[in-house]
Amino acid sequence: MLWKLFLTFFKIGAFTFGGGYAMISQIREVVVEKNGWISDDELTEIITVAESTPGPIAINMATYVGYKKKGVLGSACATLGVVLPSFLIILAISYFLEAFMANKYVAYAFTGIRVAVAFLIMRAAAGMFKKMKKKPLPCILFGLVFAAMIAMELFAVSASPVFFILGGGAVGIIAYAALPGKEER
Amino acid sequence: MAFILKLLYIFWEFFQIGLFTFGGGFAMIPLVKETVLSNNWLTEADFYSFIGVCESTPGPIAINMATYVGASQAGPLGSVFATLGVVLPSFIIILLIAALLKGLTETKWFKGFLSGAQPVITALLLSTGLVMLAKALGYGGNFAFTPNYEGLVIFALLLAIVGAAKKFFKKKLSSIQLILISAVLGIAVCMIGEVLK
Repeated sequence: MLWKLFLTFFKIGAFTFGGGYAMISQIREVVVEKNGWISDDELTEIITVAESTPGPIAINMATYVGYKKKGVLGSACATLGVVLPSFLIILAISYFLEAFMANKYVAYAFTGIRVAVAFLIMRAAAGMFKKMKKKPLPCILFGLVFAAMIAMELFAVSASPVFFILGGGAVGIIAYAALPGKEER
Repeated sequence: MAFILKLLYIFWEFFQIGLFTFGGGFAMIPLVKETVLSNNWLTEADFYSFIGVCESTPGPIAINMATYVGASQAGPLGSVFATLGVVLPSFIIILLIAALLKGLTETKWFKGFLSGAQPVITALLLSTGLVMLAKALGYGGNFAFTPNYEGLVIFALLLAIVGAAKKFFKKKLSSIQLILISAVLGIAVCMIGEVLK
């Protein structure tokens, strides 16, 4: 069973491109439909938990499913399985990426790829913005942090984004504590 | 000794990234960017290029980034420490939730934290994307903008292709498709640019 957990998640890690949500449908196919390790309801629950806890969703899912099936050891095997393919592939790439990038045509290709990456990030951010609750508090936090980040970039100041995230979280907790009774804010 | 300290430092930097990225995927890019740039681990352009590599190789972006940055700084052992660092927070937290704290994500403290952290992460990501685009199109820092004509043409063509795919085929192009298209555009536009110069 441990070996099967490892192997199953190894395959998921090896064949899902783009990470994140792209992995969910594939994980569902294998874990719910093919092996019946967890039910659809459980999967939905895991996705909810994975979304509200830090870290890549694939890792969260592997850890949770592994634990459900075989305890701590199971979660270690599943997590190792899902991580290993990326790890091995990128480690192999890292040996020749620099030489590869020195090639003129590869450099040209990456001129294009950098534009696409910026586009992809903005598309992902726009998706998150659409899901954001358009209440005063989130909007103010969003506006403040966005303005601060752009200003910091313009004036070449850097600060760890971790402080912004912790600050936002603290404001969120205070708002919940100060305004009891109201569920949606 | 210095090498061990370096490994531990890499581990700690990626542990923080793993601990503070809610939502997965792209959400961690602003944090990784700040970490690799402030430590001079990669140049900004190399970092943006590498996101392209991550998007075209399988697996979660966070793992790909950790492995590559770790390897570039301290070889295979560096990758091990960086990857372990980025994975461990999720692993521990999910184990705790699965085993002991079933209702943790339902508590008002947790929901309160997330309700404040999520808009911040969205703002971080949008500003990072905007800065990346500005740099790809020619913003050089210090309020200096020298248009990068290749970048501008590629961006215009990319938008046209995305728009056309949506309008005529009702299809949202996937990340990997966009990366491949943009690589071809990059080669074509830069070669034409070379001839014109």
